[in-house]
Amino acid sequence: MKTRKRSNAPIFWGLFGAGGMLAALFGPMLVFITGVAIPLGLLLPAGTMSYPKMLAFAQNFIGKGFIFAVISLFLWHAAHRIFHSLHEIGIHAGFGAKLLTYGVALIGTVVSAVVLLRVGF
Amino acid sequence: MVPLVKRQTRKGKHPMSEQKIIEIEVLRYKPESDQAPHSEVYKVPFTDDMSVLQGVQYIKDNFDGSLTFRWSCRMAICGSCGMMINGIPKLSCESFLRDYYPNRITVEALANFPIEKDLVVDLSGFIEKLEAIQPYIIPKEPRTLEQGEYIQTPEQFSQYIQFTSCINCTLCYAACPQVGLNPDFIGPAAMALLHRYNMDSRDGGQAQRMELVASEEGVYNCSAVGYCSEVCPKHVDPGNAVNVNKINAAKDYFLRFLSPKGGAQ
Ligand code: SF4
Ligand code: FES
Repeated sequence: MKTRKRSNAPIFWGLFGAGGMLAALFGPMLVFITGVAIPLGLLLPAGTMSYPKMLAFAQNFIGKGFIFAVISLFLWHAAHRIFHSLHEIGIHAGFGAKLLTYGVALIGTVVSAVVLLRVGF
Repeated sequence: MVPLVKRQTRKGKHPMSEQKIIEIEVLRYKPESDQAPHSEVYKVPFTDDMSVLQGVQYIKDNFDGSLTFRWSCRMAICGSCGMMINGIPKLSCESFLRDYYPNRITVEALANFPIEKDLVVDLSGFIEKLEAIQPYIIPKEPRTLEQGEYIQTPEQFSQYIQFTSCINCTLCYAACPQVGLNPDFIGPAAMALLHRYNMDSRDGGQAQRMELVASEEGVYNCSAVGYCSEVCPKHVDPGNAVNVNKINAAKDYFLRFLSPKGGAQ
């Protein structure tokens, strides 16, 4: 039997799946809170997302984890989807497209991790 | 399902004046003389009970005996009469001319396969894929005749029965954009058959088959379009088989160091 090369896709597919799940659960709510409710002063008490509150949120262990997961996994999800959509519409940029899509996700992940660690606990 | 149209009565006063004619545009390709496929249009008289396959047979019998296509059972069970009908992969024996009339219909060889002649495609790549999935029960342990038959509960049976319904019509390959982009992709029907054996309680070959599932020709070529399952005339849902095996392959990828048994290199 001919030997086949194992695909590394499970890594990216796993991140894609996790990001997709998170996006489906929290995406619309986050868009509503940060993009509609807060700027227009709807529903939520004034100052819900004030700097001190958000800083405290980012310094909390769970808050930190949430922010990190939302930023990085959303990025991995988007990167995977864009990469495959490019392939589907006939742009087979191969390694270049991989670098551009997954690379952005990787940079976003590293930057958000560094920033979150630097705001302290 | 399209509701059955009331049959045209044969007792009409002028049966001939009711004769309906449909235009069928057929993609023709003669390998010995043609550089590329081209279309030809035929005007085919038909009755409401005539399938697209019968329309094509009418062309062969009355206009051009060299028109080449596959068929056998005429009842959606042999899987040999698949064609692109108005761009959609369908069994021509269960598609009816009346549902397209008065518009012209186009009939082409199944997409994503090399054309051998006219409506006949080269299935050798597909046959190789079917062989590659080891489509037979690989027993968990050697079994002697004295041990008798395998006992299988209805619950165990229900795990795989759906995936046994495949008739190898390859409509799902014609539907799959990823097969079109990468002809090496193992594809929907072969994965459905692989899954059929993996899910069989008598079978122990899942680890052996994992090499293929997890390989670069394997399940991750799929981007979950789902059109394969939509066009499947036997409700096999090959897309489900592919996607369930993404999870299996991911588990194998991350857990293979814990329980090393088979899998790709
Ligand atoms: S899975 Fe369905 S569409 Fe695909 S070959 Fe089998 S019967 Fe045909
Ligand atoms: S002729 Fe057998 S499936 Fe159509």
